[in-house]
Amino acid sequence: MGVLSRGLFLLVVLTGCSSAPEPKDWLYQQLGAEKGLAQLADGLLREIEQDPQIVSHFADTDIPRFRKLLIEQLCELSGGPCKYSGATMQESHTGFQITQADFDNLVAHLMKVMDAQQVSVAAQNRLLAKLAPMYQDVVYR
Amino acid sequence: MQRLSLTLVLLLSCLNANATGSKILATGGASSIEGAAGGGIVPWAVINGYGSSDQWSVTGYASQVGVDDFTLNSSGIGLSYDNRYEVSFARQTLQLDTMGGELKQQIIGLKYKVAGELLYSRMPQISVGLQLKKHLDFTIPAAVGARDDHGTDLYVAASKVWLDAIWGRNLLLNATLRATKGQQTGLLGFGTVDNNHYQWLGEFSAVLLLNPQWAIGAEFKQKPNQLAFAREDHWRDLFVAWFANKHLSLVAGHVDLGSIATFPRQTGYYLALESTWAF
Repeated sequence: MGVLSRGLFLLVVLTGCSSAPEPKDWLYQQLGAEKGLAQLADGLLREIEQDPQIVSHFADTDIPRFRKLLIEQLCELSGGPCKYSGATMQESHTGFQITQADFDNLVAHLMKVMDAQQVSVAAQNRLLAKLAPMYQDVVYR
Repeated sequence: MQRLSLTLVLLLSCLNANATGSKILATGGASSIEGAAGGGIVPWAVINGYGSSDQWSVTGYASQVGVDDFTLNSSGIGLSYDNRYEVSFARQTLQLDTMGGELKQQIIGLKYKVAGELLYSRMPQISVGLQLKKHLDFTIPAAVGARDDHGTDLYVAASKVWLDAIWGRNLLLNATLRATKGQQTGLLGFGTVDNNHYQWLGEFSAVLLLNPQWAIGAEFKQKPNQLAFAREDHWRDLFVAWFANKHLSLVAGHVDLGSIATFPRQTGYYLALESTWAF
């Protein structure tokens, strides 16, 4: 127990030290700001295009509009200077019969594209933490 | 058996490299010594392999625990479907290195995911499981006071990953509540001459995912203390896991198994190799 409480104390101290005030747009900057997000969206679209599991969901999608909204949404989520103007996640995914495997694939594609753009592990996890709760609005709707 | 499964595991890892499931790397956990997906000694709520919705997954593993006076070899295979149903078959051999001889048991495991999604839901992923255990050479357990050569463990497990939890890293916590009659997980039989009741025991794991491929973790497994001839202690371990890809993972750890069959302070290593593929 002594070791555990000392360990916890150390954890609290270390966490405290590393949490120096962080700018509101930290994640936005980590993702490469406007240019980085555009590359992210393009990378993701390329991955989707090559994935037979999910590409069919985009058969009737207006891709330029989707790209614009995706960038807007990632920008707003990451604390950037944008306002997402699209429909809610639930509205835009209802009727598509999106499965857990589809969602998993999209997450994996996003991670791959972020890796390719050398986004840090911490920034990747921060973005995934913001996207993960959307699962319930997207899957099996 | 051990060599055969090791060969099998290595063979499987070379098989059709395209047969990967959709689940995110490391979310199938590892194979615990009882065959269920989990950590090293604790079954988790996660379902083995990388099969997501409507996908199948097959997993093979071989592991070894080496402590001062004993060596435990475990190997087995698992099958899962829909990231919801898991079946596993494991065989354990405990070599009594100092005393001479060995003890063997086989375990059929069933697991069903009841609710939640490890990565995506606010609530933890919750699964219930069964382990049907059968001792294969009951002479020694009977001699030290064990009642039955077979027993069924029941458990409920809750697992959750907190994304961006500590220093930007993801944290997995698992808690499992198990009902069992097994002594030393069943290797020393089930129930005793004077006591044939189930006991509820807690098992816990904490894992920090340093990046998508590497993780470090610690586990604690509460144990009963029923047999009169020797004390039984709780188990602990610390481990490092490497997920090379969706086909191959390795776990190496340090275990503290306490006193086993009158041999005190049993500490040593844990090594596990797992191969999995999905279709």
